[in-house]
Formats: sequence, structure tokens, C-alpha cells
Amino acid sequence: MQRAFHLLRRRLISSIPVLLIVIVGTFLLLEAAPGDAVDAYVLSIGGGDPALVQSLRASYGLDQSLGARLWLYLTSLARLDLGWSVTFGRPILDVILERLPNTIWLMGSALALSFGLGSILGIVAGARPGSMSDRVLSVGSLALYAVPSFWLGLVLSIVFAVQLRWLPTSGIETIASGKQGFERALDIARHLILPVGALGFIYLALFLRMMRAGMAQAWRQDFALAQRAKGLSRRRIVLRHIARNALLPLVTMLGLQAASMLGGSVVIESVFAIPGFGRLAQEAVAGRDAPLLIGIIIVSALLVILVNLLVDIAYALLDPRVGASGATT
Amino acid sequence: MASTAMPSLLMAQEAANGGRLIVASDSEPRNLNPAIVASNGVFFISSKVIEPLAEASFEGENGLEPRLAISWEGSDDGLSATFKLREGVTWHDGTPFTSADVAFSALEVWKPLQNLGRLVFENLEAVETPDDHTAIFKFSKPTPFQLIRNALPVVSSVVARHVFEGEADIAASPANNRLVGTGPFKFTEHRPGEYYRLERNEDYWAEGLPKVDEIIFRVLPDRAAAAGALEADEIQLAAFSQVPLTDLERISKVEGIKVYSKGYEGLTYQLAVDVNHRRKELADRKVRQAIAHAIDKDFVVKTIFLGYAAPSTGIIPKNAPEFYTADVPTYDFDLDKANALLDEAGYAKDANGIRFKLRLLPAPYFTETRQFGDYLRQALSSVGIDATVVNNDSAAHQKAVYTDHDFDLAVAPTVYRNDPAISTTILVKSGTPAGVPFSNQGGYVNPRIDQLIEKANETMDVAERTELFKEFQRLVAEDLPLINVAEWGFITVARDDVRNVSNNPRWAVSNWADIALTP
Repeated sequence: MQRAFHLLRRRLISSIPVLLIVIVGTFLLLEAAPGDAVDAYVLSIGGGDPALVQSLRASYGLDQSLGARLWLYLTSLARLDLGWSVTFGRPILDVILERLPNTIWLMGSALALSFGLGSILGIVAGARPGSMSDRVLSVGSLALYAVPSFWLGLVLSIVFAVQLRWLPTSGIETIASGKQGFERALDIARHLILPVGALGFIYLALFLRMMRAGMAQAWRQDFALAQRAKGLSRRRIVLRHIARNALLPLVTMLGLQAASMLGGSVVIESVFAIPGFGRLAQEAVAGRDAPLLIGIIIVSALLVILVNLLVDIAYALLDPRVGASGATT
Repeated sequence: MASTAMPSLLMAQEAANGGRLIVASDSEPRNLNPAIVASNGVFFISSKVIEPLAEASFEGENGLEPRLAISWEGSDDGLSATFKLREGVTWHDGTPFTSADVAFSALEVWKPLQNLGRLVFENLEAVETPDDHTAIFKFSKPTPFQLIRNALPVVSSVVARHVFEGEADIAASPANNRLVGTGPFKFTEHRPGEYYRLERNEDYWAEGLPKVDEIIFRVLPDRAAAAGALEADEIQLAAFSQVPLTDLERISKVEGIKVYSKGYEGLTYQLAVDVNHRRKELADRKVRQAIAHAIDKDFVVKTIFLGYAAPSTGIIPKNAPEFYTADVPTYDFDLDKANALLDEAGYAKDANGIRFKLRLLPAPYFTETRQFGDYLRQALSSVGIDATVVNNDSAAHQKAVYTDHDFDLAVAPTVYRNDPAISTTILVKSGTPAGVPFSNQGGYVNPRIDQLIEKANETMDVAERTELFKEFQRLVAEDLPLINVAEWGFITVARDDVRNVSNNPRWAVSNWADIALTP
């Protein structure tokens, strides 16, 4: 446990310079995009006169120079204050915390689905490379991987929500239902099935193929040959030795995919009307709300660091060599 | 003129009471106070909570029916306007509604803060309140009552004085997002990214209204999702064309779903080509006329709007019968004429058949404005003008067109709001500084048009003022500072158990007191 904290602290400290670069970079990138938050706002209200535009710009401090605004932002950030969102008219931390649970549920479930089901199917496919089940799974997963997530989302929604009406079309829970506790959790789970499916199935293919490839490679190694010569059952070889060896790169992949899934959730959150990070980021860009976007990036970065830490711990559990040498730190 | 007609909503179709209506909403306005932000996105939700002095009506005198005011009259000199207010109205928190609320709204909110009120109430000096149910607006300069009257549905949302009084900065008040009004529904809850919930106001001033217990505006940013949720009966209504035009053909055949194209007559959007007059070629009237001749308006209406629009003849839409005139120069689709005009103007085709090049910036706000951008590029190339389409997002478009003037042609969806002086004359009047969206940012200057606009602002006689705006249409159509192509309203799609849909010209942004669900 202590080691985990030590690891976490080191990770956080070492990520500060990267975060700083990302923060300044994001600030400048949004600055380079034409139009500012007031332009976006005035358009959204259907126009206004010049004095109104002027006073809005002054009230948000957008009339100050770029350097002054960046400095102001960085100093308030140093006090752990994420600032005020122009787009939402509320403190950024509030806006982010409100959306965070939805994103964690969506991402966590999708990662669990793609990793869990992907590795199991990968084992099935890799147990007998070249068999019928291997071929069907390989082709199937490739086809799934080629499908864009918004399309899969819409198709799932049309079939299961609109036609069959088994599941709700969108949202994170039944609106104003007054459900509490377990009943509410069940309701949220029902709402998550389709978006998690749409997001998870695409990454599933990735894990499946990696697992299969890793196993095919492990089969060719000497230890596999030795075990077969020793007369161990095929099931035992596959599960205890081959799969365990092939699982290691998958765990690494899990850490990497957590970041890319945050990006993939933009589309899924829009299609299924889930108020999460992806949609928030999109709204921040459209509204030219740099502090909000940076706030999202910082929290996302923390999330990814956390996932990677968990991955490291899992790694040590799976591969005793890693833990012994301390290679992960 | 006084108007004491019975609100037509009392005579609306009788239907069973109760039930929850779930409506699709594609945006969550940052400031939900319609007295400050007079925009359709805000009205869509807030108009059920906060009411104007008068609302638009199909049958009412001068196209209005009473809400918080029961009659209105302007003085002949244009220096005052008297409103008789409804009695027995209370705010949602129980406080009685009085003329002090109207005076406060007008002087502290509409005039200094509201995007449209700043213009309409520019010369408002004081509001006298001789008794609790009379408000007399006093103007420092004569102000045409026709304009005030026509603007009422849009600019006169009344907020409670006791809620905002004493606020240092009303525009930034948290009360702007926790609305207290007099309307048929009370603002109950907003879950950001999910929904707004409005509950029935038991003490509403109109007998027997509202009909439904609850209205929920569910946030659905994806248009395809709105159609799906409607089919699955998770929502009962989608307004403002939230179900895309291309889906209408299919969804109109789904059992239990109805498509309405009425109910937007008072919020007509106009598809126009904005012209940058700083560009030498475009400053030539013949070139602008040639471009007008190169556009096949009927094709645009049929193909891009799938028939849910009408071709325009000028800067005021047909849906404004008070002012509209068809007696203006028109520009038929005629490529020969267009080519001849361009030749006459001295821009001959070069070896590649190109006369000159320009940049075309379609507004990104609607699918239709983007599609029309692509069409216009083709239409221009057929007369030898080589246009490059530049696509931007909203903020970038606003900066490029309305602040930096970095465009040659732009496609704009302008809105006609009941009176040309509200948001139409600004499109061609000279002198608006840079940075103002939906204004004359093409740098067009025409002293005759400027004078006409000025004169209309000073004309108190209704018939005379109306005639001036007819002349204004003729001048604009003749000189073409901008090219109006089509005008459209939106489409409402609803389950067929929803009653009293589309029964006034600003239906989607009206109070929905009579909307009902049949079991």
C-alpha cells in the first residue's frame, strides 16, 4: 500500500511539467482559433449591440492581453482554483464534478467490457490458432473494429430502443423518476447498456486481437513445448501459462486505451445524450472557453494517471519479475 | 388601439387535464432570463414561466392577444404608451404582480440589458405607475407605437421587481437561472446536461389552465437521437426542426406521430447572401443582380428545404402581411441574363471561363445554411465566378464575417421579428461598428435607405410608417445590398396524443398553457 502511494506521488510530480506544457499549449491553441467566448455567446443569443459586446468582454476580462490572462489563469490554478466558466456561468470545478461520475461509469464499464470480453474471446481464439472458432472471431472482431462508434451507437439504439423498446434510447437515468438507492443504480445500468456496448465493442476487437496474437506467439516458445512434452492438459497450459504470458501486453494496452477512450466518448455521449466529459469538452471548444477545456484536460490527465497506476499494480501481480526488480517505478 | 379580446387560448380545444409532457431541447442557455436574453433558445423554455405583456396571435387585433397587459394604447405624439395590466395575477412565490414590476422590468432590465430591448426602448425615459394596474411609458423622443406594439411578444417579458431589486449586477444574478414568473408553469429544477423541469402553476390567472401537470425539457444534443426518442415515445414533442428535415418523410409515416409546419409564422428565418461591399466587383450593383439571377430559388426551396420554405422576394418576408409588398423588382433564375450583366459590368471570362474569384462563408448554425453554401458555389461557377467555400465553427464565423469583415460572400440566417425596425433595418443601415452579429457588416452605404429608415423611426402614423417600409423594400430589392433567397419556419413533430400544438404564430416560444395530453 505504501508503495502504491509512493508510486502515485512520483507519478503526479513527474507529470507536472507535462501538464504545464499541455495547459499553456491548450490556452494558446484556443487563442489561435478565431473568435472568443463573447463571440460565441453573442451569436447564441441572436445578436446584440456593440456596447453590450464591449461590456461582456470587459466583464469576463477578455479585453486584457493574452499574457495577462494566461498569467492570471496560471496563478489562480496554482491556488488550486480552476476558475469560472464563461459558457456555463458557473465555477468550473462544479461543472466538472457534476459530469465526472457519468464519464467514469461510461468509461469504466466500457473498458471492463472490452478488456474482459476481449481477453476471454482472445483466449478462445488463441487456444487453437487456425481453428474455425479462431477464424470466425478474428474476422468478426476486425469487422467490428472497422465500424465507426457513432454508427454502431445509432444502430444499437434503433434496434434495441426504438424497434424492440427493450432499453431506453438515451440519457443517463430516467428523468425526474425519484428513484433511490438500488433501484436508481439499476436504472442507470439499464441506460448504460447501449452506450457501453457501442463504445466497448470497438475496443473489444483490439484486446481480442492482441490476446490472440500474444497467445500464438507463446505457443511457439520453448516452455510451451516443454509443457506439452510433459503431458500437461491443453486446458491447463492455455489458462495457466500461455494466456498469462499473453495477458501482460494487454494490461499495458489497457492503460493506453483509457486515454483514447476519453476521446471516443465525445461521440457516444452526444448520440446517447449522456452529460459527460466528452460532450463538455466539445461545448468548451465551441464556446471558446479555455479555462473550462483546461480544467477538463487536467482532470482527465489525473484520471489517466490513476488508471496507469492501477495497471502498474496489476502488472506486478501478474508478473512477479516486475515486482521484484521494481521496474515499474 | 385597445384590445380586450378574450384570450383565444380559453376557447382552445378542450382536452383532459394532467400528465407529463417531455420535450426535446437541443441547448441549455447560460442565461435563462427572457427579459435579458430575448432569443428563441431562451424563450423556448422560459416563456412557460415568464410572460410578456402581449403574445402573438393568429386571430387577435394587430396580431396580438393579451397576456399581462389587457390593453395598450400609444399617444399620437409618440411620447407615451399606456398599458392596462391584468388584475389578480400573482408571482410564483405568492407576491402580487403590479405595475411596479413592469416599470422595474422596463427601466432596469429591458432598456439597459436586453439584446433587443436596448434598441426598442432606447428613448424610454420613465414609467409612471398611477395605480397598481396601469403603467405609462414615457419616451424622451417620439417613438412609433406601431414598433412598440409589434415588439411586445419579444421584448416585454416581465420579471419580478422583488426578486431582482438591490442586485448590483442583474445580468449576473443567480435568479436568472431560477426563474420566478407569472406563467402557467413554475420553474422547478435544472439538471445540467439532462433536463429542465417545469411544474403546473395551480394559481395561474387563466381559469382551467394549464392543462398538463409537468413539462420536462430533455437535453438531446444529437438530432438523430431526438427522432429515435420520439419514436420510442420517450419524448412527446420536438420543436424547432430538431427532427431533421430529411427524417420527416419517414417519421411522418410512423404511427402515432404528427408533423406540424404551422406555428412559426412570427419567427421567420431568412436565408440571405451577405455581400461585402468593400470588394470592388461586389460593390457593382450589376454583379449583385447577376448573382441574384444565378440562384434558382425554387430549386433551393425544393432540394435544400424539401419544400418546407418559400422563395423570398425581398428583405421583409411574406409572413409579415402588415409590411410585406410583392411589388418590388424581382430576379428570376436566368443564367443568360446573369452572364450578360457580368459582361456589361466589365468582368469578362478568361481562358478558363472564370471572371473573378471570391471567398464564400456559409453560416454554420443550420444544416440548410451550409448546404446552401455548397449550392451557391455551384450556381456561381455556372456564371463564371469561382467561389471557394470556407467552413468555420460559430465563433470563428462570427469573428471572420462580423468583426474582421474577412469574406466576400456569406450565407446568413437572419430573423424577421414582427417589425422591420427590430432586426431587419440594421442589416442594411450604415454605421454599425464591427463585432455586431446579424448587422450590416458588408459596409454597405446608401444615404437614401438610411434616410428612409430614419424617417420611419420618426413617423408616428401607422399607415404612413407602413408605406415607408414598403418603399424601403423596393429600394433594397432594386439595389440588392444583400440577396434574400428563401424564408423558412421550423417544423414541430409530436406524438398524436399531444393537443393544441402550433396554435399561434410564435407557438414554440409561447406559454403552452393550453397544451394537453389525451390519455
